[in-house]
Amino acid sequence: MDWATLCVIWFVLEGVLLAGYAVLDGFDLGVGILHPLVTRDDEERRIAMNAIGPLWDGNEVWLVTFGGALFAAFPMAYATVFSGFYTAFMLLLFALIFRAVSLELRSKVAAVAWRRVWDWSFFAGSALATLLFGVAVGNAMQGMPLDAEGNVLNGVLGQLAPYPVLVGLMTVALFALHGGLFLYLKTEGELKQRLRDWMWRSFGFFLVTYLLTTMTTLTLIPRATANFERFPVAALVVVVNVLALANIPRCLYWDRPGQAFLSSSVTIITLVGLLGLALYPNLVTASNDPELSLTVFNAASSPRTLTIMLIIAAVGMPFVLAYTGIIYWTFRGRVRLDHASY
Amino acid sequence: MDVVLLSRIQFALTIAFHYLFPPLTIGMGVVLVYLEGRFLKTRDPLYESAVRFWTRVFALNFAIGVATGIVMEFEFGTNWAAYSRFVGDVFGSALAAEGIFAFFLESGFLAVLVFGWDRVSPRMHFFSTVMVALGSIFSSIWIVVANSWQQTPAGHHVVPVLRDGQPLLIGGQQVLRAEIVDFWAMILNPSTVHRLVHVLLGAFIMGAFFIMSISAYYLLKGRHLEFARRSFAGALIFATVASLAALVSGHLQAKTVYRHQPAKMASFEGHFTSGPADLSLVGLPDAEAGRVRFNLAVPGGLSFLLHEDFDEPVVGLDRFRPADRPPLVLSFASYHVMIGLGMLFIALTLLASFLHWRGRLYETRWLLWVFVFAVGGAVIANQLGWVAAEVGRQPWIVHPPVEWSVDGDLVVGTGGVVEYDESLGLRTTAAVSPGLAGSQVLGSIIGFGLVYLALAAIWLYVLDQKIRHGPEPPGGGQYLPDGGMAAALARHPEDRLTGSPEPGA
Repeated sequence: MDWATLCVIWFVLEGVLLAGYAVLDGFDLGVGILHPLVTRDDEERRIAMNAIGPLWDGNEVWLVTFGGALFAAFPMAYATVFSGFYTAFMLLLFALIFRAVSLELRSKVAAVAWRRVWDWSFFAGSALATLLFGVAVGNAMQGMPLDAEGNVLNGVLGQLAPYPVLVGLMTVALFALHGGLFLYLKTEGELKQRLRDWMWRSFGFFLVTYLLTTMTTLTLIPRATANFERFPVAALVVVVNVLALANIPRCLYWDRPGQAFLSSSVTIITLVGLLGLALYPNLVTASNDPELSLTVFNAASSPRTLTIMLIIAAVGMPFVLAYTGIIYWTFRGRVRLDHASY
Repeated sequence: MDVVLLSRIQFALTIAFHYLFPPLTIGMGVVLVYLEGRFLKTRDPLYESAVRFWTRVFALNFAIGVATGIVMEFEFGTNWAAYSRFVGDVFGSALAAEGIFAFFLESGFLAVLVFGWDRVSPRMHFFSTVMVALGSIFSSIWIVVANSWQQTPAGHHVVPVLRDGQPLLIGGQQVLRAEIVDFWAMILNPSTVHRLVHVLLGAFIMGAFFIMSISAYYLLKGRHLEFARRSFAGALIFATVASLAALVSGHLQAKTVYRHQPAKMASFEGHFTSGPADLSLVGLPDAEAGRVRFNLAVPGGLSFLLHEDFDEPVVGLDRFRPADRPPLVLSFASYHVMIGLGMLFIALTLLASFLHWRGRLYETRWLLWVFVFAVGGAVIANQLGWVAAEVGRQPWIVHPPVEWSVDGDLVVGTGGVVEYDESLGLRTTAAVSPGLAGSQVLGSIIGFGLVYLALAAIWLYVLDQKIRHGPEPPGGGQYLPDGGMAAALARHPEDRLTGSPEPGA
């Protein structure tokens, strides 16, 4: 296989890993964001946590694999992004640590204060991680000043510009909606009724931020849409995105939560697709000089390594999908609290 | 402040804290497989109660291991961007393979192991336990492969980075990077197998000592006696075998270290002048004086261990420029204390095995007390092993090769010292992220320090609660709505493995 094709394949695979992470851990993070808002008592809080209890850890592995694959396939981009967003990534790490240990520790001790601390850190960790993912996407869309070696030249304040923050808020709304839909499928009774209200609210919040983001992107970032001229068929992604998004309120109204969850998943996947279309062929867009951008070609590993990695992925991914299927099948249906629960 | 030093402190802090947990889960995973396999075979409810208890402890350790593990993957990029650019093609593949082959396996089946008791058949549950144990071992394989490649690189070549077909120049200098040429030679580089075996044995020792510590405590307090006896006896066999094997594996590994990283071996042993080498048992190396103070040594011992000949010369630190030598005292001390602890584990486990054979182990209270605390030694030995490996590799983050002549002597330059080919390795000082400010790293060190301190305290607190609570009484009928796994076995008779229930259990 020729080298350019390999680079493009790995760009697409990175997109698949990112979309997998966003859809799967997206609902975990959304449950964390909604956790203090929709639950009234300890049992409801436990139900919310146990809805994602057996799943979140495996879902987070998609992020770890995305990072590992970026390191292996596009080491130049990995080095640039991770070092250039140092402070943001450190905050992200703390957020993910708190999310993880809150889930594990909350129900280990019965004291009210103990549980309140972990409830709070579960919410804060989930919300902050989601916001930072969105901010990262916003910065990727916007581009950033780079030097010749590929080091990011702006600091954390430059990275918290209005546009990335807007994308961050949109991501919070989207994951809250997605997590609410997931939780709706996993619960019953009063909690479910309250979730309905929160799904409408988060959908409204999402719609507003989505429209604002779209308008800003179209006016301020011309290169985000340049690829639609090169690949007219890519317009399909936009169509599917809008249809999926529009289907969510329809399903909420007719009380078809399964279809609504599927639609929010498709919305997330197509948004990742739009991110890819906005970037290609860049991985990191240099805002100061297009020549300095890191592309899927100049940031890639050697063809041999890309081929080896492709073999590893081809051997490994069927297994990964098989485990994921087994786990989701095992823990299907409504949450039942038992002696093994959090 | 110095970004290199701060980044090294941060990496050391975060990896040392993280590495408390993986060896525990690797070691305990094997014990869980054993206990649950015994349960399926014998249907003795005591084994079920043991599996459930250790699974809860395992899940706690695993969760903190996961939470602190993701930090490591990020730090290569955040703090060591120049390193990542140099090694990504090689090192990144091993890391990605770890995600695909190990982490998905572990995290997926962990869910069934921890939450699936009432949802899957006993056989499926056992299968999940085996998969979790295998997943944690797979994970250690890939990370040791990646680290071993830094110690003894192989299967790669170093080439200029191209940008649009032209070599990329930064400040007039060509940017170089390592690329894979032979995948299997990279995976099976000269030190991978020896180091992997040693890492796994260290993990087995730690997991077994952890279980023996808690069991010995129950035995001393007269609680959960039958549970504690079985757990202790099982872990003791495991620990005895692993401690003896670690000695053999350590010896073989030392020979590889000498061949590929002779400066590291000379620092470990405080061997200054090339020639026949003594084996220092206790001492304090003094770089200025060029000798080991307070030295208690076996004459010719190191020569014998490396060459099976007491008079054979061994390369000393004098063959390396001062700038190419590892930090002496830390290398020497970590290596020696690790070996001392390893010897202690052998003595302890052999003594306990002997007493167990004579039927007197559980009456020997002083020894049980020693085992309550010996897990601390196992933790320290595992940590120091990595300190020795990583500090001993300095000043390199990727060690360049050394050459040996046909008559078995180290090839040196005209100055009588080794002339490393700098382009084939990478110095730690050249590996940090170029744009990083010391204040940023200092900030994150403080953050990690506080968070990890809190996590350590909470971990100990929750662990203490679990130990006080202890295992549920065998049978589990009174706390499980469905009568536990013994009842589940009755529902799934096809899952019984061959064998009959143990009489009188």
